[in-house]
Amino acid sequence: MSHEGQGGAAPSVSLRGVTKRFGDFTAVRDMDLDVPRGQFFTMLGPSGCGKTTTLRMIAGFEEPSEGTVLLDGEDVTGLPAFRRPTNTVFQSYALFPHLSVERNVAFGLERRRVSKDEVRRRVGEELERVGLAREAKRKPRQLSGGQQQRVALARALVNRPAVLLLDEPLGALDLKLRKQLQIELKRIQQDVGITFIYVTHDQEEALTMSDFIAVMNRGVVEQLDGPEEIYERPSTTFVAGFIGVSNLMPGEVVSTGTGTAELRLDAGPTVRTGAAGATVGERAHAVVRPEKLQLHATNGTGPDGHPSVDGQVESSLYLGTATQVIVRLPDDTHMTVLVPNTDEEARRRLPAAGHGARLTWSTENIHMVRDLAAGAVHDDEGIKA
Amino acid sequence: MESARTRPSRALAAGEATSAGTVTAARETRGPRNRRTGGKLLDAGLNLYAGLALLYLLVPIAVILVFSFNKPLGRFNFIWQRFSFDAWKDPFGVPGIGDALRVSIEVAGLSTLIATALGTLTALALVRYEFRGRAAVNFFIFIPLATPEVVLGAALLSMFLNFSVATGFTTIVIAHIMFNLSFVIVTVRSRLIGFDRSLEEAAQDLGATPWQTFRLITLPLIMPGVISAALLAFALSIDDYVITSFNNGSTITFPVFIWGAARVAIPPQIYVIASMIFLFTLAMMLLTVWQQRRAERMAAVRPDEPEPSQG
Repeated sequence: MSHEGQGGAAPSVSLRGVTKRFGDFTAVRDMDLDVPRGQFFTMLGPSGCGKTTTLRMIAGFEEPSEGTVLLDGEDVTGLPAFRRPTNTVFQSYALFPHLSVERNVAFGLERRRVSKDEVRRRVGEELERVGLAREAKRKPRQLSGGQQQRVALARALVNRPAVLLLDEPLGALDLKLRKQLQIELKRIQQDVGITFIYVTHDQEEALTMSDFIAVMNRGVVEQLDGPEEIYERPSTTFVAGFIGVSNLMPGEVVSTGTGTAELRLDAGPTVRTGAAGATVGERAHAVVRPEKLQLHATNGTGPDGHPSVDGQVESSLYLGTATQVIVRLPDDTHMTVLVPNTDEEARRRLPAAGHGARLTWSTENIHMVRDLAAGAVHDDEGIKA
Repeated sequence: MESARTRPSRALAAGEATSAGTVTAARETRGPRNRRTGGKLLDAGLNLYAGLALLYLLVPIAVILVFSFNKPLGRFNFIWQRFSFDAWKDPFGVPGIGDALRVSIEVAGLSTLIATALGTLTALALVRYEFRGRAAVNFFIFIPLATPEVVLGAALLSMFLNFSVATGFTTIVIAHIMFNLSFVIVTVRSRLIGFDRSLEEAAQDLGATPWQTFRLITLPLIMPGVISAALLAFALSIDDYVITSFNNGSTITFPVFIWGAARVAIPPQIYVIASMIFLFTLAMMLLTVWQQRRAERMAAVRPDEPEPSQG
């Protein structure tokens, strides 16, 4: 059952035209997805976006209504969970309460008739890896939440699955422990080199840990990219809004060039943005991240040649390392600006609440985003949140 | 067993009278009824009430135990004469009593085994699966619980007669399985409703077949419920008189034996064997309670519990 070093070009997991319906509700819609081998792959999205359903179809707990699931290029659609070379870390951990930690971890190996000595050795190694060697004889209830989480991880990893599936495994832990385990999980993944498919609704977690992120919404993948691309160059309005704090300025496309477009903002000015495949006359948003905006008082002038938009400061919040300023544009769009507190002098010169403000940016930091395939997704009935 | 219970209730009445006397005395010595003393009085009253309820439950059993050490003058062990170990030394000295007890234990054991196995599987199906007629089954399992035993017994007998089945050991067992089944289903079902299904998914995810999942995960976790159900079934079966009396043919169970014997004699041996059954049941109950406490302590791992400091 060991899938290490099998090489080959086939992706670790592939979904081909997978749809999953529960009664009238379509949880996953005609999904095509390739998960590259040995990567930390995250499915990110709000609750109800279909990410957990997708995971459960890969694990074999749910059968797709349509389409096929491939593991290492092999069709496993219809194969029950206990015949698939995948293992899962559950959100609730699902540790067997009547078995000790080591018996929990040994459970998968014992099902595969691995010799007793080897079971003992591998269980010991795995518990060592997650730092729980001394807790081997304990029952799960005697462990803290963080320790239980590690047992769940060891219980899955000890089998050296082809793919490890993780369903919001850190969701129940407090922030500090979560941060610590994020780093640990990433280290373990690089250590064992197994493909991880990680489901979360926490965008920060996704950006920290992942090699690739599939941002999901309403049963479809809106964008699949590396964390940096997802953050810096969101491709849809949803992705821009879901990841980080986004400033979305609505407008209309007035002209298009190669990889660029000009957008007449509802707030007034016409701006040039990075864009692909836009058509003249269509509605879209220009997006700039808060830390990529510069804030100036209106009476002064911003640096020449930079595009800009004017508005009024609504509030200003001191955050320690930075100051967060909210600026309201004439069309009632609220823009968040993050000004780093590197220069006390400059901070004191920031316009106060109620005063006029001008926002500027460099052209490479502004992008145009559109709603995903408007007809296909958004006109659908019966979509639940 | 009914006849043995009538007399002890008189002793209970006497106990009640004396306790009631102490209450009035206590009330008079208390000072003016401000709120605090009123509250105390209420507490005392509540304790007394609880004590009386417990007494009501236990006195008849105590009487059986006490009278098992009696040395009656006549054939009826109804009036206290003097303390003696005679009956305990020779519990099976009454002709036929040992055979009757053996039959009762066999009937109870067999019907418990079959009813528990069938009932556990039925409960699993009722909780786990959506199927046509599930609501109907959920309703039907209450019918044997609600039907008067006399009616059940008579109905079973007429059924056996119509199908020309000779009544005897087998028909007693069939009848006992029938009324035990409902109790087992209800008991096991309540245990299954709170069961965390992700445990079974985890087992299958780790390569366990459905059967291995049931044997290694589901069954051990619902075992306390199954054991309670089995104990209940055993206790109900071993003391059943009414239904058995319709369907026993010439087979004599312990309750049937007592009923027959009571017309001519009630020897203290009956009290001895009743005490034995009681003590055995009590031991089993204590074992179950202990086992369930243990199970509860290790039950359901909840990740949302407050985080103890990381060691």
